Amino acid sequence: MTSPLDAPSTAVAQPEAVLQGIGRKAIEGRSLGQIAWARLKRDKLAIAGGVVVILLIAMALLAPLLTKITGGSPTEFNQDLIDPTFSKPKGDGIFAGFSWDHPLGVEPRSGRDVFSRILYGAQISLLIGFLATAVSVVLGTVAGVIAGYFGGWVDTFLSRTMDVFLAFPLLLFALALAGVIPDSAFGLSGNSLRVAVLVFIIGFFNWPYIGRIIRGQTLALREREFVDAARSLGASGRWVIFRELLPNLFAPILVYSTLMIPTNILFEAALSFLGVGIRPPTPSWGKMLADAVPFYSVAPMYMVVPGLAIFITVMAFNLLGDGLRDALDPRAR
Amino acid sequence: MARFLVRRLAGAVLLLVITSMVTFAIFFIVPRLAGQTVDQLAAQYVGKDPSQAEIEATKEKLGLDKPIIVQYGQFIKGIVAGREFSFGPDTEYCPPPCFGYSFKTQRPVWPDLVDRVPVTFSLAIGAAVIWLITGVSIGVLSALKKGTIFDRFAMVIALAGVSLPIFFTGLLSLALFRPTGVNYVPFTSDPLGWASNLLLPWITLAFLYAALYARLTRAGMLETMTEDYIRTARAKGLRERKVVTRHALRATLTPILTIFGLDIGLLLGGAVLTESTFSLPGIGRYAIDAINNQDLPQVLGVTMLAAFFVVVASLVVDLLYAVADPRVRL
Repeated sequence: MTSPLDAPSTAVAQPEAVLQGIGRKAIEGRSLGQIAWARLKRDKLAIAGGVVVILLIAMALLAPLLTKITGGSPTEFNQDLIDPTFSKPKGDGIFAGFSWDHPLGVEPRSGRDVFSRILYGAQISLLIGFLATAVSVVLGTVAGVIAGYFGGWVDTFLSRTMDVFLAFPLLLFALALAGVIPDSAFGLSGNSLRVAVLVFIIGFFNWPYIGRIIRGQTLALREREFVDAARSLGASGRWVIFRELLPNLFAPILVYSTLMIPTNILFEAALSFLGVGIRPPTPSWGKMLADAVPFYSVAPMYMVVPGLAIFITVMAFNLLGDGLRDALDPRAR
Repeated sequence: MARFLVRRLAGAVLLLVITSMVTFAIFFIVPRLAGQTVDQLAAQYVGKDPSQAEIEATKEKLGLDKPIIVQYGQFIKGIVAGREFSFGPDTEYCPPPCFGYSFKTQRPVWPDLVDRVPVTFSLAIGAAVIWLITGVSIGVLSALKKGTIFDRFAMVIALAGVSLPIFFTGLLSLALFRPTGVNYVPFTSDPLGWASNLLLPWITLAFLYAALYARLTRAGMLETMTEDYIRTARAKGLRERKVVTRHALRATLTPILTIFGLDIGLLLGGAVLTESTFSLPGIGRYAIDAINNQDLPQVLGVTMLAAFFVVVASLVVDLLYAVADPRVRL
């Protein structure tokens, strides 16, 4: 398919070309991506966040390998390490139960290895965080672009819907919904069903946040000259949306999905903490914290470790997201 | 003004109706889609190993044998006008707003729910006072001293604050301070005990929101300080203090007021996580228990109450807007 719109992109005006002879070096044009990357590199906190995010993903992916090194297993009981009278790990001090075999200690009562449970918990947290964000981003972008581009009653309807979503007691609905799904349904069962249900619930309840942002951006972009130009050249609505609007929406989508991942990780942890998340024995950070409640005074580290895991993960994503926003949107600094 | 109120009230009622429909759908349509039968639903409320006769009796007692539309109609009628329930030979009248009787405990839902309201109100309002004062003032100071050590430090703490789950900070504060009592004492019987027992939940909850509000206030303040009218105010010789308080702060706070309305409305409908961490017997705790028991009348009651608080809070905020922002005409 050829289009009149292909032509201008090949013949870009190069005003810098005039200067080539004067300077020591040819002045290079920099793309928006390069400018953003240069800005991001200067933001040390954002880079630190990015490095931690990559490390976390690597740790989650390599969980089976890493646990093989320490020899721990997320589901194996080690009753011999547990003090039978207080059901806390044997030993004194707050680091009781920590050893080379169990670098982050063992779980009170059952004696399961905390290190491997944290690693396998990272798999669940990140998996649900990413997938739920993908669901929200797809729903939010579609709704936001449609509302912003078409305007009129479509916009009114979609905007009202988003308002209603934002005013709902969502946590209650999410809890209720996660609670009524039986153990096998929709052709799935066990924890693959739980993951699917959690992804759907979290993603479905969070899309209006991204939808509102995309709608606003689309409204602003729609009035810009290049969209007018495309339209006056006879571009169809589909062309304008996919070729003119979406590429320009990439930056806000990237920023807000990075910022949504930590929110969704917290949401999953909260649902697991309240007992409607992943079913045991599959580890999840929220559930580990809930299990630690009765032991917070005798085995405080068992509560601190999953809490810190959640905190570090969420903080890293937030730092990266904030940095990306500052780098990609020069107005919001 | 009158037209605005009528339109907003209509919107509020619509939101409540949608809430009730969604909750109904969650309990009656979703399990059906997932392949659960009415018999299995009824069996949950009978006990272990129910006989077919018991299931039939429960279905009839709870009205599960009727079509969903009929059940929904009766539910709405109960809220508006009250309804009669028959327990075997006896008939009991449940006055409006009637949310029916709990499937599990057989007690009327509404009075139990009302009993929980003071706990959640105490928690939410106390925390709100703390977070508004600290969050907004830190945000303003940070914006005015942008780039200084104070600003950087405050913003890193604020980012940490929004990254910490409340059920972790709650447990941490419990482990660190080991309070002698976190049991709720009504304000009317012992104001001092009320405040001292709620202090830890207040601070924990307020820390999370203060961090969020500090970030919002700082961002809003930085944006308003670049506006033309701020330059005009300075140019005409106003003192900086006046420029900040009269012009910048006022414009920054109006959007924050909207968010505050929504936040407080959502919290009043049950601070689910805070209440379960500190085992406070509030609306949120009630909601968790209701959901874990799959007790539909209780869940319906609590979600309707939660939605009601959100609606009222946003209505109040809209009215306050007219006072705070002279550009808004109702």
